This record gives sequence, C-alpha cells and structure tokens, in this order.
Amino acid sequence: MFFDLTDEQKAIKKAARDMLEIECPRSYVRAMMDDARGYQPELWKKMADLGWMGLALPERYGGAGLEFLSLTGLIEEMGRFLLPGPFVSTVVGGGLTLAAAGSPVQQESILPKLVRGDLLMTLAVGTDHGRLDAGGVQNSAVRQGDGFVLNGIVRLVPDAQTADIILLAARTSQQHEEGLTLFLVDAKAPGLSVHPQYTTDGRKVANLEFSSVRVPSTAVVGRVDGAWPIIAAAQRRLTLSLCAEAVGGAGMAMEISVEYAKTRVAFGRPIGMFQAIKHKCANMLVQVESGRFLLYYAAWLLQEGASEAPEAVAVAKAWCGDSYTKVASDGIQVHGGIGMTWEHDMHLFLKRAKVIELSSGDSDYHAEHIAKELERRATAISSAR
Amino acid sequence: MDLTYPPEAEAFRQEVIAWLQANLPSGWGTPQFKLPGDPKQRRAWHVDWHRKMHAAGYVGLTWPKEYGGQGADPVMSMMLNEELTRFEAPQGANALGTRIVGPTIIQFGNEEQKRAHLSKILSGEEMWCLGMSEPGAGSDLASLQTRAVEEGDFFVVNGQKVWTSSAHLANYIYLLVRTDPTAEKHRGISVLLVDMKTPGIVVRPLKQITGESEFNEVFLQDVRVPRSNLLGEKNQGWRVIMGQLGYERSGGSRGMNCQRALEDLVRLARNTYRNGKPASEDPIIRRKLAQLAIEVNIVRLTDYKEMTIQLQGGRPGPETSFGKLFWSELNQRLSSVGVQILGLEGTLSKQSSDVVKNGEYLYAFLRAYGNTIEMGTSEIQRNIIGERVLGLPRG
Repeated sequence: MFFDLTDEQKAIKKAARDMLEIECPRSYVRAMMDDARGYQPELWKKMADLGWMGLALPERYGGAGLEFLSLTGLIEEMGRFLLPGPFVSTVVGGGLTLAAAGSPVQQESILPKLVRGDLLMTLAVGTDHGRLDAGGVQNSAVRQGDGFVLNGIVRLVPDAQTADIILLAARTSQQHEEGLTLFLVDAKAPGLSVHPQYTTDGRKVANLEFSSVRVPSTAVVGRVDGAWPIIAAAQRRLTLSLCAEAVGGAGMAMEISVEYAKTRVAFGRPIGMFQAIKHKCANMLVQVESGRFLLYYAAWLLQEGASEAPEAVAVAKAWCGDSYTKVASDGIQVHGGIGMTWEHDMHLFLKRAKVIELSSGDSDYHAEHIAKELERRATAISSAR
Repeated sequence: MDLTYPPEAEAFRQEVIAWLQANLPSGWGTPQFKLPGDPKQRRAWHVDWHRKMHAAGYVGLTWPKEYGGQGADPVMSMMLNEELTRFEAPQGANALGTRIVGPTIIQFGNEEQKRAHLSKILSGEEMWCLGMSEPGAGSDLASLQTRAVEEGDFFVVNGQKVWTSSAHLANYIYLLVRTDPTAEKHRGISVLLVDMKTPGIVVRPLKQITGESEFNEVFLQDVRVPRSNLLGEKNQGWRVIMGQLGYERSGGSRGMNCQRALEDLVRLARNTYRNGKPASEDPIIRRKLAQLAIEVNIVRLTDYKEMTIQLQGGRPGPETSFGKLFWSELNQRLSSVGVQILGLEGTLSKQSSDVVKNGEYLYAFLRAYGNTIEMGTSEIQRNIIGERVLGLPRG
C-alpha cells in the first residue's frame, strides 16, 4: 500500500523540470507556435540524449524499459512548461504502440532510430470531432496484389507535418470495430499529401490525404481487421498522456496565478488577502491535486494491465480535461485585464487546455463510458446475489 | 505506487469477514432488518456492538499495545474500515474518542493521562465529546471566551459551548478554555480533559434540521477541574488543537462510504421508473451518476494518500483540509441525487406509508448540510489551503 511516485520516478521528474526550466522558457513556446515544424531539432536531440525517447521502451532497442508511470511523470513536467513538439505523438502514439503490437522486424527497423531521436512518428486514427469511435475511421485500405492501396482523408492528426512514419488506421472491411487495420506508412510515400490546420494552441496538426498510396503487406501492424484492440490500448496511453500534460499545465497556471495574487496590490493590500481571490486559488489546488491523484492511479492500473484501467482512464480524462480549462479560466480572472492580453502567458495555458479538453473525447463522452461501467457493475452485483 | 494490500492484510480481511458474518445480527443488510427506532434503545444497541468489536480487538488497532491497542500497521485499520463499510456495519459507538481525542492524547498527553484514558476510550467506558465552538466563536474558534481561572490545584471553568456533538451521550469532554485573557487570542488557550459528572455542567440537546438531536449546548458554571487534567502546556492549547483538527479532518474510510452510497444510487436509479423507463436510462441522470463516480474516486484516492503519509510516519497536516473540503461538498451532491431520482416521493418523511427506505435519502440530504459546516466550514478550509498550502497572505 503506497500511493505516491517512487524516489526514482520523482528524480526523473525533478531532472526534467530542471532541464525544461532552462531549455523551454515561454519565449520558446511562443516562437514555436509560429514555426512550421513546431520544435527545435537541437532540443529534440538533447531530450533524446537524456534518454527521454526510450524511457519506457525496451532495453533491446536502446530504451530504459521503465514503467508507464515514469513516462507519465515526465510528460507532466512537459505540460508544466508547455513544451511544444511531437514527443507524445512519437513516443506514445508511435513507439509504445509499435512496441506493444509490432513484429520484431518492424520494431527493429524503427525503434532504435526513434530512441536516438532520429525518427518521428504519429498515430493517425480518424475521429468524429475528437471522439474515439470506430465509426470515425472512414479512410480505406483495399488489398491489391501483394499489398494494399490506401485512400481517403484523416483529419486533425497531431504532428503529421513532421512525422517520418505514420501509424495509420484504415478501414479494411465494413465491420464496425472488427474492420480496422493498422499500417506503417512512410510520410514521403507517393500519393500522400499533408494539409496543415492551425489549432488555437499553436501545436501542429494536419489533415492527411491518401490518394492511391501503395503499401506492402509487411506494413500491416498486427493482423488485418484486428487493429481495434491495439488502437484502444494506444488511445488509453495517449489519453493519459494528455491528462499528464493537463495536470502539469494546470499546476503551472495555478502557481503563476498564486504568485500574482501575492504581489498585485489593490485597495492597499495584495489581492490574495481577499477571500474572493484566495478561494479561487484554493479551488485551483483542489482541481490540480485531484487530477494528479486520478492520473497516477490510472497510469498505475494501466501499467499493471488491470481490468479497471479503461474506466480509470475515462475518469482521469473526464476530470483532467475539464479541470485544466477551469484552472486556466480562473487564472485569467485572477489576473484581470492583463490576463486578457496576448502579452501575458495565461492564454497559452487556456488554449492548450481547451485543445486537450476536446481531444480524445471530452468529459461528456467519457462520462457515458463511466455510466455504462456503473451499470455493468450493478448488474454483476445483483446477479451475484 | 502499489495499491494492493500485503498478504497479512488480506489474511486479516478474511478474519474480519468471518467475524462480521458470525457477529452481525441475522438479517443484517436486508430491507427487513431494522435497528430499534427509539433513540435510547438504538444507542444501547450501538454501545453493545462497540463492546463486541472491542472484545475482538478491532477498536484501536493501530494504538500502542501498552495503552490497550494492538500496535498494528495503519493498513490493517484501513482494511478493517473497508470491510465494516462493505457490510454497512457501525464503526463503533465512540468515534470522537477513538478517532480524535485518543490520537490527540497519544500525541500531546503525559504518561499519567495516557494511562488514565486511552484504554477506557477503547473499551467505551469513556465516551467523549469535544467542547469547541461557542455562541460567539465558530469559524473564529480562537476567539473563544469560556474562562478557566487557576485556583490552587484546580481550574475553575465558566462559559458555554454549542454544537457539541454527542455531549448528551458522553461522560468526558475535551474542553477548550481561555486561560490568559490578556494574551493574543491564539496564545491564551488551553485544553482540559473534563469528567462530565463534575458539578456545574449542564447539557441541553438541540434539535437539528433532520428532526434528530446529535448536538447540544453545554453550560459550564464554576466547574472545578484538577490541574492534572491539562492536556499539553498552559496557554499552548492552540498547538494541541491544530494536531487534533488534523485527526478530525483526515478521512479514514470516507472513500469507501461514498462508494457504497454511489452503488446504492445506481441501484435506486435502475429501480425507479419514470414514464415506463428506469431513471438509469435518462441521459441527465447518467451524466450525474458518472460525475459522482469520478469524484468518489478522488475521495478514495485521498484516503490512500493520507494512509501513505501515515505509513511514512507523517501526521495529518493542513493538506487534510483538501480531503475534508472535497468530501463534504461531494457528500452533499451525492445525497441530493438520491432525493432527486425519487422525485416528489423523495420528500416524504418517515411517517408516510409511501416512504422509500424509511426516509434514508431525505435524512442523508438534510444531514449533509452539516458536512460543510462541522470540523471547520468550507470557507475556513479554503482559507487554510490558500494560506498554509499556497502561502497567500492572511486576511
């Protein structure tokens, strides 16, 4: 019985915080919002040299083979500093998914490069407005000769601009969940075009358009029509990565607001002396700490392969997504007029929060999953009696 | 991170389950089973249950052996609470003594006081209440005016306490008094351990919005308390109170209690029909239940967090305000959903023939209003979080 990070996990977080404090000031965050790539290769290389890419990837590919919770803590720190770039897409969407479901040959050809920082990835799964249902995947893959031909559009794929390899979900048959297949697609493949879109947080997303893109059958990850469980597992890891970013970002938005409340003087005293402000700050702490509890709990269940993990992920996302937006919104209110300016940083947190809130399913979407689970358990209890 | 229980705790779980099955009255947990309706008889039943638990060694599991405890790991006590809650069995009739006063005496008491009180608190021989709030001192506790004047080997106490839970059942009171009216308000307070049979103490029960009487007014007139009953040092009572409030606000098994209440609400929603359909199919009810489930998880994890701090040898501090604040507000939301699912029938009181579950949902709804007031209001908890956790300036 021990509900906390281990000393090692805390040390990883601390090291990440020290590094990002120097390397990722908010001037860098702002610069990358206007940068086409959205990250600096020099910083990417430093992160790879520190072992961040391979933190939770197998040692045989150069990784450290640590547990998911260690990675969660690292991503939390990235969220705190609003670190831009394709880390989660590459490591969680690509690397961990391939490590879980790819063939040894596929892993061998990709993961060592990814760990060294020489290869970027993203997971491209079509969604309905960010909601995760198999019905959202409309792009197709049709068997032809010794391979497949890919057609269709996948919208709003994170970090698609910079990915070298795209892990693509495509529809191979009309069976809802049992009709999806995952492919490894070279981003430079003929017939694949990338159309950048611009989300409010300045992160990079793009629509991928496939026009008769040919891939060999060796590009299939897992088995044909068998992608849904792989996608679902990958989405749980990605969803928790968003939660980790949210907890870190909300924590920083809170600290900035509390600092302001201590120093800004109105009516002859620091505004943090007024309960209207003090209680807003206290509510922020409740939001952040609660989110952190739910995040660590779900990450632990996930790494243990527990059957409660999917529900815990839904619970974490439903809370953390909303709470980041709440904390950043209250942060703007605490700051008053300056909080409304482009110059002040609070809107960077609010915008990232809003994108996270609506990614991987919003709280209403996850609430319905939780409600189903409550019903399932009630049925199980009443039939056990 | 590891939320599994060690094997010895799992073995203990089996022992507790077997004990509960053997000792709870037959029919326990079925709708047919009812505790006595008369408050006195019901109290007698609870006291008897406390004795049984004490005889089994289940009261004061974690307390030191020399004072009647079992010296057990806090994990065992969490396990015991979980199983008691799962069986909806009462946790013992002297909660204020075992959860709050006892640990405070262990932390601040002298050897003589520990010997005098601790084992009796466990056995239920000493039932405790806490004399804290006064008509002029609630949230601003440190402005309390009940005076204690030293006369030889005695303190002579005059004043009045209010909202004193269980004072009508207690034979001992943990009493906050002012011993130096000239000092700054936090520096003139002391804590006395007082026998309720001492002449000059009058208890008058107050009727609550539920219709029941849990709390009281306590009048103190020339009450002579031996000097040896001073807990901690004279005029240093605020330190003792801060420690005591930590014990008072820390959770124990709040998460499990909320979990049970939520499971019950899901059952209620499935069995309550509106326009031919179970309420559990209404998307708005589903959204509410899901939100409660999210928040119940937070309370459960807060229990685990507090347990972890305890296991690492820490004492409850200002961070317990977070758990108390969150739980109290969640419990109000939880209990209002029960009444809402039932609709107008949810407002029926006990004497109605159509009342559901003996009016439990209405009772829970009304009782929960106290949760954000007792043990320090939500406003006070937010002040504590703002000032002592976040470091904002005091108002």
